[in-house]
Amino acid sequence: MIRILRQIIRTGIVTEPLEVMRAEEDIVRISSELEDAVKKRFRGSLAIRQVDAGSCNGCELEIHALNNPVYNCERFGIHFTASPRFADMLLVTGPVSRNMEIALKRTYDATPLPKLVVAVGDCACNGGIFGKSYASLGGVDNVVPVDAYISGCPPAPSVLLHGILKALKI
Amino acid sequence: MSMLKDAIISELGSDAKFLDNYQHPLSVVFCSVPKARFLDAAKAMKKSYAFLAAEWAAEETPWFGIFACYRWMNEYLIVKTLTTMDDPTFPSITKKYLPAYRFERQIHSLMGLTPLGHPDLRPWIKFEDWPENAYPLRKKFDASKPMPYVKGDYEWVKAEGEGVYEIPVGPVHAGIIEPGHFRFQAVGEMVINLEERLGYVHKGIEKLFESLSWQSGVRLAARVSGDTTVAHSIAYSTALESMTGCVVPERAYWLRALFLERERIANHLGDLGAICNDAAFAFMLYQLSYLKEIMLRTNHRLFGHRFIMDRVMPGGVTVDIDEEGKREMLAELERISKDFERLVVIYDESSSLEDRVRETGRLAAEQARQICAVGIVARASGLNVDCRLFNPFPPYDKFKLNVPVLISGDVHARAWVRVEEIRESIRIIRFILESMPEGSISGAVDKPPSNTAGFAAIEGWRGEIIYWLQAGPNGEINRCMVRDPSAVNWLGLEQAIPDNIVPDFPLCNKSFNQSYSGHDL
Repeated sequence: MIRILRQIIRTGIVTEPLEVMRAEEDIVRISSELEDAVKKRFRGSLAIRQVDAGSCNGCELEIHALNNPVYNCERFGIHFTASPRFADMLLVTGPVSRNMEIALKRTYDATPLPKLVVAVGDCACNGGIFGKSYASLGGVDNVVPVDAYISGCPPAPSVLLHGILKALKI
Repeated sequence: MSMLKDAIISELGSDAKFLDNYQHPLSVVFCSVPKARFLDAAKAMKKSYAFLAAEWAAEETPWFGIFACYRWMNEYLIVKTLTTMDDPTFPSITKKYLPAYRFERQIHSLMGLTPLGHPDLRPWIKFEDWPENAYPLRKKFDASKPMPYVKGDYEWVKAEGEGVYEIPVGPVHAGIIEPGHFRFQAVGEMVINLEERLGYVHKGIEKLFESLSWQSGVRLAARVSGDTTVAHSIAYSTALESMTGCVVPERAYWLRALFLERERIANHLGDLGAICNDAAFAFMLYQLSYLKEIMLRTNHRLFGHRFIMDRVMPGGVTVDIDEEGKREMLAELERISKDFERLVVIYDESSSLEDRVRETGRLAAEQARQICAVGIVARASGLNVDCRLFNPFPPYDKFKLNVPVLISGDVHARAWVRVEEIRESIRIIRFILESMPEGSISGAVDKPPSNTAGFAAIEGWRGEIIYWLQAGPNGEINRCMVRDPSAVNWLGLEQAIPDNIVPDFPLCNKSFNQSYSGHDL
């Protein structure tokens, strides 16, 4: 136990203010804005359901990273839920594979209104390298309506946070 | 001198025709056998204790070629047999080799060749709602058209009896992971059977390769499995380079190894954290994911991408490291290594964690051998396999490598193999930074000659990745076979789960952490 406590103290708080993550001017205020948006529109709690509709797992790794202590998305009230039933937002990755089409539609239907859908990654935005084929239906908006797009292969966690904020402002 | 070649000759005699100058690199033995003797070849291989590494089919109009690749120690041997398009069948080798069970279901589903004597011809990757005669890997199949839906049923394995119930899970899982379906039959808490159903993320990758140029194929290979992007790029590039005879600069090989080992450490750190988290020890997840984040950021600063994606190209690599970069990396490793060792002590001393991970999800050595497991899964179950050691691609032939092998085959063993590999990879990276030769980092790659084939086996962080490339009569990509370690190791999960309690499934699954995308292609 003492080792655990020591390691926790040694590590300290490593969570970064968003300004450090991306020094571009337009998102200097993103941190407080994100918090405000979540507070105002979602009563301090934005529940996200992530759906992999055919991705290569690259985007999932970066979405995972949102939960690590550096990005610590919970500080903004953002958390990932296990069921679409409690979700305010769907983060959908990958080109929609033909074999995931029905599952994605059902997940979308299971999410209560009002709901936001964010397409994450180049494949989700436009099909990416996989495009349209017998096995891939291309971008997410070919299957369910999309409110916001976050491009990148895969998008870095700071870009993801920025994209989520943009979606909240719509 | 090749053990496997001798075994084939003594069993099949003059029926086995060895082809020179077709399969590259030339160290891979390639022979073709009559269809009637395909199974005999498998028997001969089994007798020599060889593993089945992969089995696949390719259309060579007007023929279908069926290929089986065997591995024993440092030898690879590919057996090929032909069948005509009027008779799309071949003898199944599933009864000799367990992993062929899925390979052959896949060949049957996607190429439309029937393995005679196969016990289970339900579709695999292909879904029951695809039209019966849709075989995407055939040349005549138009890949640009959407696949229509038809009515169909998938017959699940059933269990009956008092108190037996069934739990279907997925394809959309509770966590942030890829989609797949698992069906448990359980009595009380105890799982009596697990059946996997994969194929949800089938994106037509192997078919897509056939429409790409040799150079651009590497970008697709980098996206077969996003967490293993470096290893897949290296495997594709190496297979292509073997066919063209291009000279890769020495420094490029060392840089590739550097990327590969960094990918290994980053993924192992993440996995260890996630394993502990699934045993409700969240402290480790946060600590280890922080260390992983440090690595990814260094990757981004030095190489321009957090996962070093698209930095390996046929002929070499696209980024170099300078003296300042080396210093930065060494300082980073110093820090990670110190913190990591402290965390390992905490892992080791935590008895409640031990209680969860020991004896859980056991894959016995015999089972691992039967499914021809590879990578961390194999090494946790007593199989000493690692292509870096037995089939060393440069620069792994230049230095000594310690490969950890454990025998208990439980969650702990799979975690501990990762711990040891992180330590070893840190050592290797330090050595690479010290000993890397100077020089250029990329060479020119010509188009490969027509009617040849290339092969590469590369040890990614999950295990051995195999690429087999075939140039058609016009020098185009006729077939690109991808065998991610997951293609065999998923079978291991099915074997390890029975007799465990349902709540331990996430823990077991995390300790295997196989790729869905790399499997479904």
